[in-house]
Amino acid sequence: MLDTSEIRKGLKVVFDGVPFEVTYFQFVKPGKGQAFTRTKLRNMISGTTIERTFKSGEKLEKADMEERQMQYLYPEDQFYVFMDTGNYEQLRLTADQLGDNRFFLSDGLMCDVLLFNEKPIGVSPPNFVEFEIIETEPGFKGDTSGGTTKPAKISTGFEIQVPLFINQGEMVRIDTRSGEYHERVKK
Amino acid sequence: MLPDRTPIAALAEHPETTPVCVAGRIVAQWEDAALLRDESGIVRLLVKAPMALNALVFARGLWNGKAVEAEGFELLRQPPGEVRELTELAKQDNLKQRRLFARARVASVVREFFDSRGFLEVETPLVVPSPGLDVHLDAVSVQTRGGERFLITSPEYQMKRLLAGGLEHIYQLAKCFRNEEHGERHQPEFTMLEWYRAYSGVEAMMRDTEELVCEVAYALNGKPYLETSKGKIDVEPPWPRVTVREAFARFAQVDVKELDDATFYQLLVDKVEPALADMGALFLTDYPARMASLARKKPDDDSVAERFEAYVGGLELCNGFGELTDPDEQRARLVADQQERTKLGKPVYPIDERFLTALSEGVPPSGGNALGFDRLLMLALGAQSIEDVIAIPASRL
Repeated sequence: MLDTSEIRKGLKVVFDGVPFEVTYFQFVKPGKGQAFTRTKLRNMISGTTIERTFKSGEKLEKADMEERQMQYLYPEDQFYVFMDTGNYEQLRLTADQLGDNRFFLSDGLMCDVLLFNEKPIGVSPPNFVEFEIIETEPGFKGDTSGGTTKPAKISTGFEIQVPLFINQGEMVRIDTRSGEYHERVKK
Repeated sequence: MLPDRTPIAALAEHPETTPVCVAGRIVAQWEDAALLRDESGIVRLLVKAPMALNALVFARGLWNGKAVEAEGFELLRQPPGEVRELTELAKQDNLKQRRLFARARVASVVREFFDSRGFLEVETPLVVPSPGLDVHLDAVSVQTRGGERFLITSPEYQMKRLLAGGLEHIYQLAKCFRNEEHGERHQPEFTMLEWYRAYSGVEAMMRDTEELVCEVAYALNGKPYLETSKGKIDVEPPWPRVTVREAFARFAQVDVKELDDATFYQLLVDKVEPALADMGALFLTDYPARMASLARKKPDDDSVAERFEAYVGGLELCNGFGELTDPDEQRARLVADQQERTKLGKPVYPIDERFLTALSEGVPPSGGNALGFDRLLMLALGAQSIEDVIAIPASRL
């Protein structure tokens, strides 16, 4: 258990069985009264942020988190299978656990799998991944500004916004943190 | 013996080709030039051979209107590596150093403010037999030949003894110590501005406070505004007075009379203080009586105490009282605080009998206020953290 004086940015704690990361904290002691620590906490599963104030003396449960580098193998039923290349241990994650990141997986991709109490809760693919555009309106010749965008589908079925000059069959680099088009990849 | 040197900022006043002597630290170097920095500024040195980076030097040469054409050096110290003290205080944009100059200026504005109003600046001991019994303040204990003593958490007891001795208007800029208080707005060692007015009440203390803050704003900005990290705040007196009861009704939708202490503080932190952050400068007044163990009760309503706090941009700046001067009631409250501390498993400090004797000998009805000087600087200089306005904060010891 942790004391409120140990609250720091980046600390991971558990409430109601859910892991949260401290993104902000402030020690306050209003009016010669009791001490509190104000915090902002990011729910590590849903990504939403909550505000919470802890009384000095309250105890916090430290989250048992582990990050493991694992390789994405293949989809199986409704699961996505990952393997630890060190000990060949396999883990199966659901679409819910992966969120939009499931659209950025390709065979053999190395990802960081986040484990909470030894169970996988999320996956971070590399910051940038490359995919082929399989469907988009034809581009306009001469437009290279990228000022306006159009929808485009990548080979996993995910839709992104791309500049007008991108054509079907081209490769693009996607920022997995925002899920947005980053740049065109020259073949 | 060291020769007389010219401060770098003063070089501009010299005509070209004046022989000069400058001193400071080499903060950048190239093959044929270096930057020399002193407290006042930075100048380029033209050199014949590369200078050692970070060296502390004396340089003689000719001022050519733009740079110093160096002729001779005296190396005072060559540090083994980076100069950490420089990185933390004066490198980059010099912000910390400029804030320390502003800090000294604000201190002199404060002294001028009180001196011109007939207050006497006093100094009272920092090492005392009892640091006060506030339930939520923990003191630093020190060992002396006379046994265990404590560093003050505020100079209150000793200043009140001076009131009994006949001094009627006193102020002090005192270092205070509170164990394990550390955060954006707290330091375990900090500076308190504390002042007392005999034969006065809380209203006079609030007027002093708003006038003082306004004076500081004028001294720094030439206008009655503070440029805080939350934007511009108008500090022209008078500031609104909001009772604790009104504030809780408005921002937490509760009657403060129905709250226990724990809920009171929880709501203060969760609802009331965040709402006050958008209200500029104001006074919160009339605290529940039990939350002010050194304040007297209001004559026309004994459920509240003559206690106020100033909030500026949500930052709690001071805590003022119509002082409790009845020795019997004071003793009873101190004993109750001791019992509460025992119950909470906290160290129980002795009762300061000299303080109680002073009350029984007669402390005039007085107003007192304790204002966090470092926090005043945070507001005045738009600093986000208390560490930004302190030369060497606790984290750098």
